[in-house]
Amino acid sequence: MSNIKQEIQKRILVLDGAMGTMLQRYNFTEADFRGERFKDYPSPLQGNNDLLSLTQPQAIADIHKLYFEAGADIVETNTFSGTTIAMADYNMEDLVYELNYESAKIAKYVANEFTNRNPNKPRFVAGSIGPTNRTASLSPDVNKPEYRAVTFNELREAYKQQVEALIDGGVDLLLVETIFDTLNAKAALFAIEEVKEDRNIDIPIMVSGTITDASGRTLSGQTVEAFLTSISHIPLLSVGFNCALGAEQLQPYLKRLSNETDFYTSAHPNAGLPNAFGEYDESPEEMQGYIESYLKEGLINIIGGCCGTNPEHIKAIAEVALKYEPRNTVCSSAVEN
Amino acid sequence: MENNTNKYLRLSGLEPLVVTPESNFINVGERTNVTGSRKFLRLIKEEKFEEALDVARHQVEGGAQIIDVNMDEGMLDGVEAMTTFLNLIASEPDIARVPIMIDSSKWEIIEAGLQVVQGKSVVNSISLKEGEAQFKYHAKLIKRYGAAVIVMAFDEDGQADTYQRRIDICKRSYDILVNEVGFPAQDIIFDPNIFPVATGMEEHRKNALDFFNATKWIRENLPYANVSGGVSNVSFSFRGNNTVREAMHSSFLFHAIKNGMNLGIVNPALLEIYDEIDSVLLERVEDVLFDRREDATERLLEIAETVKGNKKDVADTIQEWRSFQLQDRITHALVKGIDAFIIEDVEEARLSVSRPIKVIEGHLMKGMNVVGDLFGSGKMFLPQVVKSARVMKKAVAYLQPFIEAEKDGKQEFAGKILMATVKGDVHDIGKNIVSVVLGCNNYEIIDLGVMVPPEKIIETAIKEQVDVIGLSGLITPSLDEMVYVSKSLEQQNIKIPLIIGGATTSKAHTAVKIAPHYQNTVVHINDASRAVTVVGDLLQKDNTLYKNQIREEYDKFREQFLGRTKQKEYRTIEDARARKFKIDWDATKIIKPNTLGIQTIQDFDITKLEAYIDWSPFFRSWDLHGKFPEILKDDIVGTQATELFADAQELLKKVFDEKLLKAKAIFGLFPANTVNDDDIEVSSVGLSAVEDKEIVKKDEDYTERSRSASEDKVRFLTLRQQLKKRDGVPNFALADFVAPKNTGIKDYMGAFCVSTGFGTQQLAEAFEKENDDYNAIMIKALADRLAEAFAEYLHKEVRTTHWGYAKNENLSNTELIKEVYKGIRPAPGYPACPDHLEKTTIWELLDVEKAIGVKLTESLAMWPAASVSGYYFGNKDAKYFGLGKIKEDQLKDYAKRRGISKDEAKKWLNPNLAD
Repeated sequence: MSNIKQEIQKRILVLDGAMGTMLQRYNFTEADFRGERFKDYPSPLQGNNDLLSLTQPQAIADIHKLYFEAGADIVETNTFSGTTIAMADYNMEDLVYELNYESAKIAKYVANEFTNRNPNKPRFVAGSIGPTNRTASLSPDVNKPEYRAVTFNELREAYKQQVEALIDGGVDLLLVETIFDTLNAKAALFAIEEVKEDRNIDIPIMVSGTITDASGRTLSGQTVEAFLTSISHIPLLSVGFNCALGAEQLQPYLKRLSNETDFYTSAHPNAGLPNAFGEYDESPEEMQGYIESYLKEGLINIIGGCCGTNPEHIKAIAEVALKYEPRNTVCSSAVEN
Repeated sequence: MENNTNKYLRLSGLEPLVVTPESNFINVGERTNVTGSRKFLRLIKEEKFEEALDVARHQVEGGAQIIDVNMDEGMLDGVEAMTTFLNLIASEPDIARVPIMIDSSKWEIIEAGLQVVQGKSVVNSISLKEGEAQFKYHAKLIKRYGAAVIVMAFDEDGQADTYQRRIDICKRSYDILVNEVGFPAQDIIFDPNIFPVATGMEEHRKNALDFFNATKWIRENLPYANVSGGVSNVSFSFRGNNTVREAMHSSFLFHAIKNGMNLGIVNPALLEIYDEIDSVLLERVEDVLFDRREDATERLLEIAETVKGNKKDVADTIQEWRSFQLQDRITHALVKGIDAFIIEDVEEARLSVSRPIKVIEGHLMKGMNVVGDLFGSGKMFLPQVVKSARVMKKAVAYLQPFIEAEKDGKQEFAGKILMATVKGDVHDIGKNIVSVVLGCNNYEIIDLGVMVPPEKIIETAIKEQVDVIGLSGLITPSLDEMVYVSKSLEQQNIKIPLIIGGATTSKAHTAVKIAPHYQNTVVHINDASRAVTVVGDLLQKDNTLYKNQIREEYDKFREQFLGRTKQKEYRTIEDARARKFKIDWDATKIIKPNTLGIQTIQDFDITKLEAYIDWSPFFRSWDLHGKFPEILKDDIVGTQATELFADAQELLKKVFDEKLLKAKAIFGLFPANTVNDDDIEVSSVGLSAVEDKEIVKKDEDYTERSRSASEDKVRFLTLRQQLKKRDGVPNFALADFVAPKNTGIKDYMGAFCVSTGFGTQQLAEAFEKENDDYNAIMIKALADRLAEAFAEYLHKEVRTTHWGYAKNENLSNTELIKEVYKGIRPAPGYPACPDHLEKTTIWELLDVEKAIGVKLTESLAMWPAASVSGYYFGNKDAKYFGLGKIKEDQLKDYAKRRGISKDEAKKWLNPNLAD
């Protein structure tokens, strides 16, 4: 199944856009989130988007479908918060396996439909692995800088469970994304390596960090190069950045990343920076323009969208991606020369 | 996928470290090692972590590019000590920027270290000592944790102590790592053992030379592998003689690097510059290192005695910044997050000011502002700011007892602040920073944490009687949640100021979306240092003035914001008319005025107006801003306001007692209907006679005058909003409040003019003559207030009596000022009808000048100045609005209706014309 490694050599692959932005359009109520099954669940569940894979599976499938129709090669499973750590907010730790498994199933089902329709453009499912809501290298209590709200081992175990469920559900690759604390990501990568070893399998891994502020660093303080160095010990399919910044602001960091790595590169930026009302209002055309500038510079192998992007954005991105050759990794260019 | 750029050793802390052939020797700091530094061991044992961190910081400041951390000591819980210390380092960005070398002989300590560093570190060390299986197992895990590794030249038989043993063990280790474990060759660092020389023992003679040669061999035969070593070992036998030791270190390093050693542990304080080593000393040192003479050791010992005497004290390098000025030292400590000296600096500051609190407000806040600026411009990042806050907190904690002593020893917080990240959001770093900074400023913080539901915020706010509620959030849906929380608070009738913060929040959002839903103050705060000022202002004893200012500021901001965003889009006048404000006339009960026609009041008892005065604008005219009566108690302007008010009262009494000002009024109520959308036709024929009262006298000859004026009918021309609004929101014109003629419904409206200005000018001139400018201005200001009060009074009389549609109205003056009554009295020249030319129509209709003597100037100002004129609209749906900008098409249409040229129309309406 992992012929993504062949596809990525042929062309720029397009990743999908935001899941949350699309779900907002449905205006799901508390009752919708609960569905029949969680009608009497003791905690409030509105906002638990991952749960919708169980209670509103059709909506999730429809969103995947829209992204594939827009031209995405890869969609992400609806599992950004699918760890026991993140689900603790909703007292739904016990559902983690099922959430990931079902989310993977839904995405894979839709992907297969599209692949069968057009086998020349195979579609892939990336298991989305979010950062959780705790940081392993920052203390939440400024008066106790040595304190950590989560340990490496707790993260590793939680990620391992998520990874196993995603693989069981049939994902083609794994995407460790929105990394604001590199230590969290290292725990996820550690877990993936364990699963790979336990099951004697290989599965492509995408890693995507997040530059959070004007200093050009991750939330945990690392520069682009330090981040890259810290996660390059695992053979990755790609490394890139997503979220926090719009496509325009992301470019200089992608440039640095592209210069420094022999892995394939990815980017899925937000639709600009949020305006005063927290809305992302960069149009598909604007975003397309910025992304074309990446492609012109040959910075990218996988391109998609994060917060605020929708199928129109992905469509615009897919259109422009067709026009350009994928980024040469340093090695292949050396061969050509 | 691989190429040679990947074949360099790459490490990282917060910043990367790449070891290339071009990079100089990579220096590893060694002082944070309990086996090598007694001081560090003591600090760790006594849990003096701040000082222990200083040791690490000095290493980095002194040029260490990696820091080695070792906690191998029998009395320490190594796992715990390693975890704690590395976690502490992670929150010190100026240390954490460099990679960590996790140094232990125990695997569980190494693994504990690997689990807490986010960067790519170096494990120091593993070896074949315990056999291949163990070696491979550890190597595999180190790779999975993402670290490089130091491999000691050590095997099952012991440490390599010859050239051959060194290269054999290194070769074997390399092959296992690269071929069996898949360890990246560039991540392997060999330590081929630096042992002492000149010990007097025969077997030690070649220790340095063998190291050099082994290093060379490794670099030539084991691709991409690196070589490291602990340099100070070499001079072990010269402990106590730093001159010799430094020379030995420098020389050894010089040659080791030449042979390919590319990183190592060196104490930079114990390192002479190679070129500056005394030539005789250097020669004898190198004789030893290269084993060049039989008597090399003796000759070095010989000279060692003569150069003994440490030429420099290798204590901590003098910290230059300690010699700065006091403020600069405090700022430096805050910016760098160094708390080692903050107490002594704060004490010095405390002694230099009158009250301890001034150190917080002055020295410390100045420093925090620098922190804020650097953060804002991306020159500092989050962990540093949090650290700065900690230094701040420490400083404040020190000052606390002094501040309390001033307050008679009572423990007293400046206020209680509830902080919460709203429901659905888990981001709390910003909130925590604000909490800390506020905590630093002596506020008690009740932090409800993240994902806090509105009910909990409300419940806690009530139970704890907090003074301020702080809401924070980072993700965009939190913006809506904040709106929801503010509505919930309002529903519960909670009157606690709200502060809003978080990355996606903004002043615009706060002003437009939150403030309108919450009666109490809502302030947006974009940085922590501003939180202190804002909360301080909110919690001052009389905060009404501040709160009003905030409210006004946000109201204005909202208007501007909304205006700005919509400025560009207008509707055509036809379109705007189609979207007029539609009153269901069939369902509207129109009340016919009790008294139709014109009435005049020639000499009104002005003392009746005192109760109707709105004093706030009076103070404003004196540049004292604030709401009456709270302004009298205001911290800043209160004294002045009180004085002014007393003087005003005095003058007012004089005016009343001596009847210095005369008040006159004229008003009329008429049948009226809207015609052609925007015009109101007012008819003054067929009016019944008005009953004569003492102060109300029928205008005897109005009928004749009306006839002479355009056949008993005048037309008010109203202007219509053209700004494009969202669907369903009407484009208003005053004409919308009167029934259209084609409905066949009889409707009514009124017009009026009041003045209290008669006599003002004379009085003012009299005061000026006595050089009493103060009272000259005062009388004008008072006359203005009286005119407004008169208009208010008359409007009330009209509503309750003359028109009589609100017979049972019973409103206080405050309610009158707030205009809570039914019906409006807009005045030409004000937002609803900026067209001053309408005054000429009023004058015509009422014959104002002839009746009460108020004139219109050339520019259509009223004279005396203390006059008010306007219309009366009695419909219950009538409301004040702002016309905003109008477009060319309406201007043209208006000029035609008015019967003037477009240019003249433009002159009068210019401020309202859109570009």
